Amino acid sequence: MKFLDEYRDPALAQAIVADIHRRVTRPWVLMEICGGQTHTLMRYGIDDLLPKEVELVHGPGCPVCVTPLELVDKAVAIASRPEVIFVSYGDMLRVPGSSQDLFQVKAAGGDVRIAYSPMEALDLARRYPDHEVVFFAVGFETTAPANAMTVWQAEREGLKNFSILVSHVLVPPAIRLLLNSRQNRVQGFIAPGHVCAVMGYGEYEELAESYKMPFVVSGFEPLDLLEGIRMLVTQLEEGRAEVENQYARSVTRQGNELARVRMDEVFEVADRKWRGIGEIAQSGYRLRDYYRDYDAELKFGVSMTHADEAPDCIAAMILQGLKKPVDCTAFGSRCTPDQPLGAPMVSSEGACAAYYRYRRHTRTEAA
Amino acid sequence: MGQLFTLACPVPLPATERVLLGHGSGGRLSADLLRDVFFKAFRSPILAQLEDQATLDVGGARLAFTTDSFVVKPLFFRGGNIGSLSVHGTVNDLAMGGAQPLYLSAGFIIEEGFEFTALRAITEAMGEAARCAGVDIVTGDTKVVEKGSGDGVFINTTGIGLVPPGLNLSAANARPGDHILLSGTLGDHGITILSEREGIGFDSLLESDSAALHTLVRDMLAVSMRIRCFRDPTRGGLASTLNEIAGRSGVGMTLSEVDIPVREEVRGACEMLGLDPLYVANEGKLVAIVPPEDSEAVLEAMLCHPLGANSARIGVVTEAHPGMVVIRTTFGTSRIVDMLAGDQLPRIC
Amino acid sequence: MCLAIPGKILEATEIGGLRLGRIQFGGVTRQAYLDYVPEAQPGDYVMVHVGFAISKVDEAEAQRTYAQLQLMGVLKEELGIVEGPK
Repeated sequence: MKFLDEYRDPALAQAIVADIHRRVTRPWVLMEICGGQTHTLMRYGIDDLLPKEVELVHGPGCPVCVTPLELVDKAVAIASRPEVIFVSYGDMLRVPGSSQDLFQVKAAGGDVRIAYSPMEALDLARRYPDHEVVFFAVGFETTAPANAMTVWQAEREGLKNFSILVSHVLVPPAIRLLLNSRQNRVQGFIAPGHVCAVMGYGEYEELAESYKMPFVVSGFEPLDLLEGIRMLVTQLEEGRAEVENQYARSVTRQGNELARVRMDEVFEVADRKWRGIGEIAQSGYRLRDYYRDYDAELKFGVSMTHADEAPDCIAAMILQGLKKPVDCTAFGSRCTPDQPLGAPMVSSEGACAAYYRYRRHTRTEAA
Repeated sequence: MGQLFTLACPVPLPATERVLLGHGSGGRLSADLLRDVFFKAFRSPILAQLEDQATLDVGGARLAFTTDSFVVKPLFFRGGNIGSLSVHGTVNDLAMGGAQPLYLSAGFIIEEGFEFTALRAITEAMGEAARCAGVDIVTGDTKVVEKGSGDGVFINTTGIGLVPPGLNLSAANARPGDHILLSGTLGDHGITILSEREGIGFDSLLESDSAALHTLVRDMLAVSMRIRCFRDPTRGGLASTLNEIAGRSGVGMTLSEVDIPVREEVRGACEMLGLDPLYVANEGKLVAIVPPEDSEAVLEAMLCHPLGANSARIGVVTEAHPGMVVIRTTFGTSRIVDMLAGDQLPRIC
Repeated sequence: MCLAIPGKILEATEIGGLRLGRIQFGGVTRQAYLDYVPEAQPGDYVMVHVGFAISKVDEAEAQRTYAQLQLMGVLKEELGIVEGPK
């Protein structure tokens, strides 16, 4: 497949790896923010190719992982209602709430469906006028244009039986939180390419400037990530702290302005709680007042609940890159993808789940 | 590490009290269901061997005996329908035990209101598939359930076959050094079905690989009676099948990613939905564990059979990491190929 | 987050005020909305995420990036660099 296969070439990977080995002179801690990038790193075993000086820690960029427990509980409450067709991206269905996940709601008779695109949910709303169709709108900036367009289109068509349960979060506030922490170890960031395809990378230039922190906007294929790591290591070794764009084939500095216009029309920035981290000011989206009729939380009056996370889950440390999954006493024993204690073990993009699925054997062999 | 240690008891997640769709996915939930419910209730040592079929000594003959139910949605798909699938599935379960399939039963649970044209098309496909496979459908049953209690039609087929003497096939037989052979491309059936699913659908010319594999098995056994075991990687895909064999034999496995054949259509769909072809269902593929000295001859026999034209040696059985399947990536690194808990879900975000 | 993959626009049509494209991903095709990439035309590649194209793949930039990577591969061979993973 064009634009995928050429970025998976093992021989070129070796060349980039060799160059990273040549350039690195001392230890560096790098973070990839995006869960999709974590997935690629694990799938191709890229961490095994890097010099031991380069340590990768994995960031909070998995929308499934950071959706707070309370919101999963709200989804469960809404999806359990008899008049509701609840539609979600696939991987949200397995996320445990305080007592149930959406799969269990389905087993108990709830109408819970998987969709590839929010527009499929809109189509269901058109086809089932006697039902309430609710879409679980999770995601980062990449997904916001799709969810915004869906609400915008519903309003335009006057569809009254459609609403969304919003759990939208933003990357830069989370980075700022990490960088403000006194415990921060991260010295350079792989910026999330698809978020930047929408947002551009102006925001990251501000971060680079104020924190003297290098960023490289990278793609999602293994060569993209290796090249991103090589560029970051080069910046660090040369003492630079800039924003560079490895992913120029898909990302421009200004991003996708049309998409942002639609997002701004439908959503406004608001405080958001992140699972495993807590509330971060101005770190997400909510629907604007004009679109309040499409807000499932208001429509169904689901009350705010408080739910506690498992006490021995170190998700907060992992999502901030302070610990690795294997540092957790529960990892692989009391906490597995079948019985997750915390968010990062839930989604296949979560750092713990990615480690569990792909990397357990290196640990066993070492042990 | 010390300061992380805590005596707090983790909050146990409530055990699920209802059957989930995932319990039928062929993954770990299915294994739990077998172990915790059926084995406990039935207590049969033959059942506990966990083969695709029971092998029974009856009046001097070795019979293979198996049953399978088919609940596929949509009922009609490119490359077949629930009728042909219900014959192929059971024929294959017999074939994986090395048996020559002989007779099938067919049980129908039909939803009130189901159209006769569809029922005829399904039964004709069944008859045709049975004739091609050289088996007779000799007994059957029909129940009609109220509208809403079924989903069109469900079919159960049970099969009996004859196992040739001298054969010792079992998932517990794999030995370090053995080769792992696969009879063709992965995921054709599962992706064909997925492409027609509401909410996810996409267009392709891909067809289900649904086919009866007993003549392929026969040709393979003709060159080596020492083949350790056959499996057809249906639900849960190749990953689940190999994990099961590795677990039962107490061995490890190392696969080679570049050697695993996958069609461009399957790849495209998997890229789009974030799926891994290793976990996608097949209905006309087999995997065989073969001693290294026979591997080349067996692979040759597979390549000569029309259903094995894309066969490949995809890995080896190892002494290292027992019970674990590891894949060597194109980058020369390795990662685990775990068994999934339930169905693989489109990874969208 | 954010699984997006490149696909080729086979055709584009206007439906209900939105611009819908038929996009080819390897051996399969699927519809995606093109409203955020009005400049993209049949034959162009776009990055598609949850049924929406979020950017048009810049072929010139792709070639430039890839050429740089290839150059690194050539240099590695010419210089006979043997460092690498242990």
